[in-house]
Amino acid sequence: MAGSIRARAKLKDGITQVKALIKHPMETGARLNKETQEKIPAHFIQELSCTHNDKVVMSANWSGGISQDPFCSFKFKGGKKDDIIVIQWKDNLGNTDKKETKIK
Amino acid sequence: MSLSRRAFLTNSVLAALAATMLPKLSFAQWEDALKNKTQDDILTQLFNTKDVVVSDKITITAPEIAENGRVVPIEVQSELAGIKSITLIAEKNPTPLIAQFNFADNFAGHVASRIKMGATGYVVAVVQVGDQLHIAKQTVQITEGGCGG
Repeated sequence: MAGSIRARAKLKDGITQVKALIKHPMETGARLNKETQEKIPAHFIQELSCTHNDKVVMSANWSGGISQDPFCSFKFKGGKKDDIIVIQWKDNLGNTDKKETKIK
Repeated sequence: MSLSRRAFLTNSVLAALAATMLPKLSFAQWEDALKNKTQDDILTQLFNTKDVVVSDKITITAPEIAENGRVVPIEVQSELAGIKSITLIAEKNPTPLIAQFNFADNFAGHVASRIKMGATGYVVAVVQVGDQLHIAKQTVQITEGGCGG
């Protein structure tokens, strides 16, 4: 599932804000296909992590309760312009993706 | 090299290594945690305690009324120092446990995402500082539920 992540990291007043928008169905596994009346299998991002110059600054566990095409942002203290931010995810079916960006 | 100096260096390396990793549940542990239906059960499984302290140092920004329950923007901000993790729970969802965010020491107290809510109810933010769980909740009214077909 390459190319699913759009990420931005912005430094302001000594704080870096990382924003990520990920293309992913985030199926809970509870939704019914209205025509077949069968459950649409669960397919959602279970793990997400963010590193700053190779140090993990955020790692998360998600359920299907996060919206489709998830948006996520958070702030950490520090960071300098051009530092490397890497966002990675792994879903319940074993798919992964990764995106690198620089702090602006 | 004296024993104490060696021990000191070993501990420093281990500490440095530990600092690069954040505590996180394995897939299996997380999948197990998702089965819990109440806040008490969820917290007991994740943190070995259900004791919480209501905190006025946590702000949840969420719409009062959400037209579309499939996409409810939630922002959690907190000025508490030493936050290790923030856990989101939507009490009326079929799977109330939504997410757990773990942070390094330099976390600046702000995280946001978009969640699904099945029905009008509370969104709860559980902020872990040391061994203490601080919580805040906010009601979001849902016009059209976002969890089912």
